[in-house]
Amino acid sequence: MHRTLADEKTPGLAASHGVAAMAPRPLAPRVATGDEHPATAPLSIHDMTVAYHRKPVLWDIDFDAPDGKLIGIIGPNGAGKSTLLKAVLDLIPKASGRVMVYGEPYRRRRRLVAYVPQRESVDWDFPVSALDVVAMGRYGVIGWCLPVSRKHKAAALAALDRVGMADYAKRQISQLSGGQQQRVFLARALVQDARLCLMDEPFAGVDAATEQAIVRLLQDLRQSGRTVLAVHHDLQTVPEYFDHVVLLNMRIVAQGPTAEVFTPENLHKTYGGRLTLLEQAAQAMARQGRGT
Amino acid sequence: MRSEGRFRRRRPSCLLGSALALGAAVCFGAAPRVEAASARGSIADTSLAWPSPEELARVLTLSDYNTRVVMLGATLLGLASGIIGTFMLLRKRALMGDALSHATLPGIGLAFMVMAAAGGTGKYLPGLLLGAMISGAIGLGCVLAIRSWTRLKEDAALGIVLSVFFGLGVALLGIVQKMDTGSAAGLESFIYGKTASMLSGDAALIAGAAAVIALTCAALFKEFALLCFDSGYARAQGWPITGLDVVMMVLVVGVTVIGLQAVGLILMIALLVIPPAAARFWTNHLSAMVLVSGLIGALSGLLGAGFSALVPRLPAGAIIVVVGSLIFGFSLLFGPARGWLARTLVQRRLSRKVLRQNLLRAMFEYHEQAEGAAAGVAKEASPGSSLTVAELLARRAWSLRTLRRTLRAAQRDRLVRVDAGVCVVLTREGLAEAQRVVRNHRLWEIYLITHADIAPSHVDRDADELEHVLGATMVRSLEERLAEERPVPALPPSPHSLVGT
Repeated sequence: MHRTLADEKTPGLAASHGVAAMAPRPLAPRVATGDEHPATAPLSIHDMTVAYHRKPVLWDIDFDAPDGKLIGIIGPNGAGKSTLLKAVLDLIPKASGRVMVYGEPYRRRRRLVAYVPQRESVDWDFPVSALDVVAMGRYGVIGWCLPVSRKHKAAALAALDRVGMADYAKRQISQLSGGQQQRVFLARALVQDARLCLMDEPFAGVDAATEQAIVRLLQDLRQSGRTVLAVHHDLQTVPEYFDHVVLLNMRIVAQGPTAEVFTPENLHKTYGGRLTLLEQAAQAMARQGRGT
Repeated sequence: MRSEGRFRRRRPSCLLGSALALGAAVCFGAAPRVEAASARGSIADTSLAWPSPEELARVLTLSDYNTRVVMLGATLLGLASGIIGTFMLLRKRALMGDALSHATLPGIGLAFMVMAAAGGTGKYLPGLLLGAMISGAIGLGCVLAIRSWTRLKEDAALGIVLSVFFGLGVALLGIVQKMDTGSAAGLESFIYGKTASMLSGDAALIAGAAAVIALTCAALFKEFALLCFDSGYARAQGWPITGLDVVMMVLVVGVTVIGLQAVGLILMIALLVIPPAAARFWTNHLSAMVLVSGLIGALSGLLGAGFSALVPRLPAGAIIVVVGSLIFGFSLLFGPARGWLARTLVQRRLSRKVLRQNLLRAMFEYHEQAEGAAAGVAKEASPGSSLTVAELLARRAWSLRTLRRTLRAAQRDRLVRVDAGVCVVLTREGLAEAQRVVRNHRLWEIYLITHADIAPSHVDRDADELEHVLGATMVRSLEERLAEERPVPALPPSPHSLVGT
């Protein structure tokens, strides 16, 4: 699976790599070196490199997530955005580096982290209801071999209600629209009540109503002190949705508060000569300028 | 659809499997065949001995101890394989089960050789099954090793393991036949199965294995469900994915091995795949699917063994599978969750709904034009004005038959009245419904134009309330656009206002 993905992404990688290598590495505002990583950061990645079959996909990633912020991971196709999340979650091996979640390795902090995979990563034909899927978020709390009790079902239903899907609890998941499926995935993360939430393209292919619902949810999460790290592909909405951004193209091009980092120069370094995307970004910037 | 795809993908390996089996029969089957033929009469004697009424009664009342044992064993085997097969199918490991059952054969041959060399008879069943189990597990390990250490894809790994192990097994059995230690006759029954040879000890073994499988699946139900649905998420949550996979595959190996004797290694995969595939047509719930699949497996085992007890020349393993496929065919057609009939009914309902909406829209637009021309500003489309059937027929590309059928249905729902057989009149309810339908249709049109980039995946013409799909803000802005583009009389007011008048 990963192998195929990597193979498909290779040409893009090679092309963008050329551009990235030429640009001098900018000193991002929050970049720390050596052992200056704050111990309490929701997520701090030290010098992480990830490779598929000898081809490096992520190089020397050094990143500290600020607490209680909505953080967008932005970058072109094949930049390693999803890979970054998967490596953090130990779903794929790291060639080197260390990942700390609230000052401890991830495997000791699993309860604090919720993960929303890409919607296409599962077979939605599976014979379960929306409520069943959301209840999966509680399995870790329930523990081995015990059935899902009424209490946990109630929690799952409450999470579905938060994403506006309570009426669909009994529906088989293949009968839901793409946006509704995405909301079910979000509810599964919500029911974990985690402090750090990693989302892989939560806005991909969802309808307008769902997009609004997700944005409201993200703001709720921030309000309650949660940290959200989301892979995002739509440059136009970046300034509107995220407090912080990580511009990624195999390596971190820039990271920091959106207002400082989401600039045409940084985007150019991230996306190279992909003009249509740059135009989109310019529009977004213009709108942001009008807004403030 | 998905499951059909799965079966299409399975086909090459089935072909491969049967080709190999044929090869096996040609290779070493000749000697025992002759023996069997001489015992039962000429091989050319194809007549089946149909049961006499007494035999029928004996089987049906289960008075024969042997028949009882065989039927009980086959039923429990079907139950166990139906249960674990559900998870295997949902984990998309159906092909792996097939490779695994073929990989058991060398283990049987080797176990016989080892036991014969150690001075035993060589045909000690637990020993043979242990050998089968070990070699099945090795085959499984080979699949995983090929997949993760080379760049070969899973289907290639499965093809290699299936054919290599089966070929090796056939060769080993061939050597065993030639050995002078112990009598190897009957070993080939592991390939095609020989239910009738089941003893009470074998049935007890099957019962024990079935109990272990059912209990494990009950205990690990939610873990298996999570593993099958979203293994990446499960791993991120800290569940030991590899461990769970191993447990699941060990159970599959277990049921395969105890089923070898009854249905044979070639047909074992059918018992693992057909019951869950059939069960999927009956339910959308995993727990129900596991139960239904177990029941279908048990029923296939019971009926298959029973039928073959009646007609002794029929091989029970094959009959069990045939019964299973009949149940599968029935489920495919009549399963309420996603069977052909259920789908066709949904399709018919949809097409009727579309036709009715087309009728209402055609009539509404007719009134709109007529009144727009007459008065310039329509106060309210009056329900009284009528339209002939011929005029309606000309407005859309529908046949007279379709139109008449649609009109009859609309009349039943009291949406239209047909006066004197020719004049169609919208009733008050019909007008309200027509207004709603036209409004939705026009708003969707605007939405498609204004949001062309994302619209196609969101358009849901059947949604009764656009607001549920698009959100109230979006609908308001679409309504504004509609009001701009069309003159006032053309904008149908919301149907709700009309209900009050």
